[in-house]
Amino acid sequence: MARGLFLRLVLSALCAAGAAAFLYHDYCVLGAGPAGLQAAYFLQRAGRDYVVFERSHAPGSFFAIYPRHRKLISINKRHTGKSNSEFNLRHDWNSLLSHEPRLLFRRYSRQFFPHADAMVRYLEDFAAMLGLRIRYDTAIVHVTLEKDPRAWNGHYFVLSDQNRQSYKCSCLLVATGTWVPNVVNFPGSEYVEGYETVSTNPEDFAGQTVLILGRGNSAFETAENILGVTNFIHMVSRSRVRLSWATHYVGDLRAINNGLLDTYQLKSLDGLLEGDLEDLAIVKDKKGKLHITLRFYLENRNTSAGIDGITLPQDELDNFATRAPYDRVIRCLGWKFDFSIYNRMMPGRGNKSKYPQIKPSYESRGTRGLFVLGTASHSVDFRKSAGGFIHGFRYTTRAVHRLLENRHHGVPWPSAVYPITQLTNSIIKRVNEASGLYQMFSVLADIILLRENATAFEYLEEYPVGILAELETQTGRKAPAGLFVVIMEYGRNFSGDDKDVFYYNRAVGEAQHAWQSNFLHPVIYYYKRLPTEREMRLHPPDWPLPRPDAIHHIVEDFLTDWTAPNAHILPLRRFLENCLSTDLRNFFAESCFLFALTRQKLPPFCQQGYARMQGLTGSERLRRHAVEAGLLEDYAVTDFSGDKLPDSRQGSHDQLLRDHVIPLRPLHHLVNAKDEF
Amino acid sequence: MAALEDRWVSSFSFLLFCAVSIPILGSASLVQELSPHEYFSGLQANKASLAYFSRTVSPGVQLFLEQIENSVEALHDYGISVVKVKCPKEDVSRYCGKENALRKAYLFRGNVLIREFPTDALFDVNSIVANVLFALLFHEVKYVETLTDLQNIENALKGKSNMVFAYVPATGTAEHRAVMEVAFVYGTVHQFVLTTEATLLKDAGSNDPDVSSAQLLFCHCQQATDLAQPCRRTPLEHDLTVLNIHRHLKLMGAPLVTEVAEDPEKVSTVHLQLGLPLVFILSQKETYEADRRTAEFLAWKLLGKAGVAILSRDVVDLNILRRSNIALKTPDEGVPIKYLVLEDTEEVITLVEDKSKVKQIQENEDEDEEDEDEKENDDQDVQDDQVVEAVSRDKKRELPLDQILTLTEETFHSAMLEAAQTVVLFYASWEAVSLVVLQSYTEVADHLKGTQGILLSRVNCWDWPGVCTMENVTQFPTIKIYKKGEQPITYNGMLGTEELTSFIMLSQVSCPLKLATIDEAERYLSGELPSELSSYQHSLVLGVFSTATSKGEEAFTEAGSILSGHVTTGIYFEDDVLALSHKYAVSPPALLLARSSSQSVEGISLSKQSAQDIVQMIRYELLDVFPEITVQNLPHYLQLRKPFLIFFSDGDIGQIESKEMLKLAKGRSQQAFVSCWLNLKNTPVGRGVLKAYFATIPSLPALVWVNLHAGGQVFKFPSEQSITEMNILSWLEKLKAGLEIPSSTLSEEDWKPPLPAYNFLQMMEAAGPEFTLHTSSHQEDRREQQQLEGSEEKATVREEPIEEARVKAEKAQGPGRDLRGTAPRLAGREKQARRHSEL
Repeated sequence: MARGLFLRLVLSALCAAGAAAFLYHDYCVLGAGPAGLQAAYFLQRAGRDYVVFERSHAPGSFFAIYPRHRKLISINKRHTGKSNSEFNLRHDWNSLLSHEPRLLFRRYSRQFFPHADAMVRYLEDFAAMLGLRIRYDTAIVHVTLEKDPRAWNGHYFVLSDQNRQSYKCSCLLVATGTWVPNVVNFPGSEYVEGYETVSTNPEDFAGQTVLILGRGNSAFETAENILGVTNFIHMVSRSRVRLSWATHYVGDLRAINNGLLDTYQLKSLDGLLEGDLEDLAIVKDKKGKLHITLRFYLENRNTSAGIDGITLPQDELDNFATRAPYDRVIRCLGWKFDFSIYNRMMPGRGNKSKYPQIKPSYESRGTRGLFVLGTASHSVDFRKSAGGFIHGFRYTTRAVHRLLENRHHGVPWPSAVYPITQLTNSIIKRVNEASGLYQMFSVLADIILLRENATAFEYLEEYPVGILAELETQTGRKAPAGLFVVIMEYGRNFSGDDKDVFYYNRAVGEAQHAWQSNFLHPVIYYYKRLPTEREMRLHPPDWPLPRPDAIHHIVEDFLTDWTAPNAHILPLRRFLENCLSTDLRNFFAESCFLFALTRQKLPPFCQQGYARMQGLTGSERLRRHAVEAGLLEDYAVTDFSGDKLPDSRQGSHDQLLRDHVIPLRPLHHLVNAKDEF
Repeated sequence: MAALEDRWVSSFSFLLFCAVSIPILGSASLVQELSPHEYFSGLQANKASLAYFSRTVSPGVQLFLEQIENSVEALHDYGISVVKVKCPKEDVSRYCGKENALRKAYLFRGNVLIREFPTDALFDVNSIVANVLFALLFHEVKYVETLTDLQNIENALKGKSNMVFAYVPATGTAEHRAVMEVAFVYGTVHQFVLTTEATLLKDAGSNDPDVSSAQLLFCHCQQATDLAQPCRRTPLEHDLTVLNIHRHLKLMGAPLVTEVAEDPEKVSTVHLQLGLPLVFILSQKETYEADRRTAEFLAWKLLGKAGVAILSRDVVDLNILRRSNIALKTPDEGVPIKYLVLEDTEEVITLVEDKSKVKQIQENEDEDEEDEDEKENDDQDVQDDQVVEAVSRDKKRELPLDQILTLTEETFHSAMLEAAQTVVLFYASWEAVSLVVLQSYTEVADHLKGTQGILLSRVNCWDWPGVCTMENVTQFPTIKIYKKGEQPITYNGMLGTEELTSFIMLSQVSCPLKLATIDEAERYLSGELPSELSSYQHSLVLGVFSTATSKGEEAFTEAGSILSGHVTTGIYFEDDVLALSHKYAVSPPALLLARSSSQSVEGISLSKQSAQDIVQMIRYELLDVFPEITVQNLPHYLQLRKPFLIFFSDGDIGQIESKEMLKLAKGRSQQAFVSCWLNLKNTPVGRGVLKAYFATIPSLPALVWVNLHAGGQVFKFPSEQSITEMNILSWLEKLKAGLEIPSSTLSEEDWKPPLPAYNFLQMMEAAGPEFTLHTSSHQEDRREQQQLEGSEEKATVREEPIEEARVKAEKAQGPGRDLRGTAPRLAGREKQARRHSEL
């Protein structure tokens, strides 16, 4: 804090001297899309010095154009039967996080799959109602580093916009999304129309034969729109179609747009093909029809012969699949990140370079202080979780904000300390309502840090598990006596692009087989100490975490309601008890009374409740239930049973003996003799 | 005698052999197949054989043949061979010729036909073994149908030998077989008598015998002298199995009272070997005869349940309490002998029976040892949290919540403005403790019905997490009281109806109450002020401060608000304060205290400075000198962290005792310990406390010293001494001097997990490498890891074949529990196997 203040003083002094023609902010956010606005919201709430740069005149410019057919495929579930606002966010994929109940997306659209204009309106309202500081019409065209040992990260980020105005920031948050269309270059690719510009009017396709390159949601969305008016549609892509309900990844093909799968499988002329687009070539004939051939043929052709000199595959293989000529070819290959402005400070991810390379903390691998938020940060959980989508990155953005608060402002990760008796409850509460855990499954996890002697614990919400080893430095919290990691997972080997997710007995009902649960369910890892960075680095790639000292799965639930006392809570309690080596049961005051007078130690529930004059008296009716269950002894009654015989059968035997009943004789003489001795 | 012993031993091992061999019967066909000639020529004298004659196998007898084959081995143990005789077609001899002869089996001894059985009487192994032995042991096992027959046999045996009388509802049953098998061994020692007549049981004395189950009585006729009396009988109280009967007979054969002249720890008798406890009567020369009689009496009472030994303390030097007269040794290894002071033989019997009850339950569990895994899981599945279980058992009942306003995120803030005082219960509808409190809360609502200015409401945080977070509710349940324009108060007392009601009532008044005149102060002290509470009994404190020295007044005000809801506080801060201080003989600053339980007003001068200290002081001063301890008030006294002197009384405390105890409590030792009394009528759980201290409930009243916080020793004041201050004080001196031996010591064990958790890590490993969560994925690292962790790694990789794990997993999923599964699961479970292989 002091450092920030000092910096600002220095900077303002510099400004006053007129020595610098730049504007300074602690935080610069690039892009006023959902992620940029989300970051701005948290910075604003924390009272930080920030600014958002937006090249357009309004927020959410991507949504002003895309998706072209204007239907969002993120669900807007307005009713869940529950009023729990946190829980409801599990089924609201469009809202950003804020304290403002008016800024819930269900107030902006009644449709389950809303119109994209609603998103534009929503983002505008979000920025306006919360008074976020955004510089519109400011396109950052260049970013450089300026070394300075006094800066937070050893350097400042110097940004220049289209008007050569410079800005200086200590921390750069890139939330520009992925908006550069992926293109492929092959002979004849000039005949290909892009998804960005293709007509969305179905009438323009009437009676045409269409080839679509790509097999993602935009490709199917395009096909869906013209399915009814075209002669037929073929769709080509390198890999097979991946269905999101089979892969449990929302970025794969959603059922809402999959009409073409139907018409293909029912042989209604449309079709799906696999092939490498790099090998493709398109030639146009005199009538303007487009023919598919292979690059290989083009390279060997007779250049003078024109179209007639080109070998078409069907010349050699007369049943070649795409031998019919097309009227149009449309490219729907998705987008990639715009790397151009960063001057190599941001390497791409592998050679595919769709996303910038970042660490699990969302910080750039190359440049300290540069964080990537939103869709562009999806490399962390690509094809695994929801980090590339609003309903995922709203949480990861919050996580990044919390990391920054700790790093630069000495504000540790928010946490709450509870007595150990609340441990089971805290976990049950979170796994039942937390939306961040649910949406960002396998990526964000709740961390429970145990205090010495396990009498209390500290609860941290939605921490990125990828940086578990760095927990102490990243959060400012200590993990002295072991920790639990609460995370949600799908079953191993359940999700995948050729998995049958409808097979019999796909769901587990028995708590003792919970580890075989397939659908999203809570998993709790127990570590006696924080895993080291090495352990984190070497853990098997398909597991979110290294081997724990103990693990617990809460059995999957059809209703995702994990509050069943016997199937969910009891096994969890046993797991926690065994990790902590204590007894976490609840007791009525009467039991605590008995323990207090007959044992030197009390169970935690009595220790933290009854002994502090906060015992649980319970109603007579409930105590009776406990007695009937055999879990509470009723001394008022059993007192008399000593005279009676325990059961009728013994009674009958006793009758046989009735002639031999000898009156009881007291042992008094024995007692007296001893005392006189 | 030695020969008899030998026979005992060998017979026992033989029986054991039988018992063990029973389940592993019937592998290959062991029936000899012979021709009639071969069979009859091969018969040896005195050797029994069971023969079945057949010509062709008709389907009707197929079942019988199977059963015969299954019993070959069992019969072989008794020297009986089983033969299937193949009749040639043309044979018309006695056994082969007649058609209905072929529907029978024949028992021969040598070549003498003893009995023929219709095949339908031999329906299974039990019936075959039972009937065959029954026929062979014709003399050893007498079958009786009338009471006269029974009495005749009994009378004939008196003074000679003992009788084993068995009732079975039908012959050919497993029980019948067990009796016959034991009779085969013991037939020459005891006379066996068998009946299937239920009336015989009735006639033998039982009004309502359970005739549906077999019963066995050991009749002690050998020692019987009186011909007019039937012999003393000891029933077998377990199921009729070979082992149980054998055990019973062995116990009956053991000496009634064992004389012991060595360290009881080293003693071992038949009883201990058979898993029964042994009771020692600690005797000495002077009382030996009487003790011997007591021992015999006890032995008869405990026959079959425990052994009785008599130990002379003159012979063995025992380092135990001189008063101890009974010792109890349990068969469990490592459990030390318990020395007790008991006053009545009945106490000994209760003690043993309680023990054996527990034992029996354990035994029942042991029987299922084959399904140990399943068993273990079942236990794990069973709810052992009394609160959770009680709530789930009550979940179908609808609570009468109409007196309680249900608040939501929207209505919360407006509701806070409605009443002068709004009580809010923040809870979670899935959480057990919350629901317990909600029930009490409805009772509070009932109590407070019609009270002006109090609004009871609730917020379900599972529905409205926002409002709960906003109100800083971090755990469930939380009860807060909101008053207009004031900070809400969080309730931190007992979660019970009365305590909460009282808190809400007392919270109506803002404390401390400023009193302006002497008259007001007096009315306050008499409970008339504040008027809201005039009809409500409560403790109150009045702070008296002089205007000259305003010292402590601020701190008192703060303390008053801290104690708000628990104690009403008033403050008098006027010029004429001296009038008040004279009346109660205090000088300001001072506190005047009126407990709810008494009329008098006590004055205490106030020397403490800080609010916390004043709170502590008021709390301490409000404690009773000689309280009746209850579930509700114990924690207040526990906090003093002193030893307890508890007077246990069944009902109200006697006047004399009360006076003496009060004297003691008020005496100089007041600081050193808490003296209190416990009314078992009001606090029945006190019996549990006594049982824990003394194993049985001693005669009441009982005075007990408990070192709760230092060592946990429990001492009982000698019951023959009268309870007077002097006696108690001198006894306490003896305690302090270490002259007394504690009756018991409270366990200082930690509270461990009641049951293990599912070991999913291990299950995953058992299912195969695919599911094994290794520390690292790289081979070299694993090697490194192994070197590092060494044995640990080996231990965790338990090699259980996948198939086996799968079968186990399936087995564990018993049928009939489907409803606990999810809907897709309801579709059918028969494909379980496939599903696992797919995984």
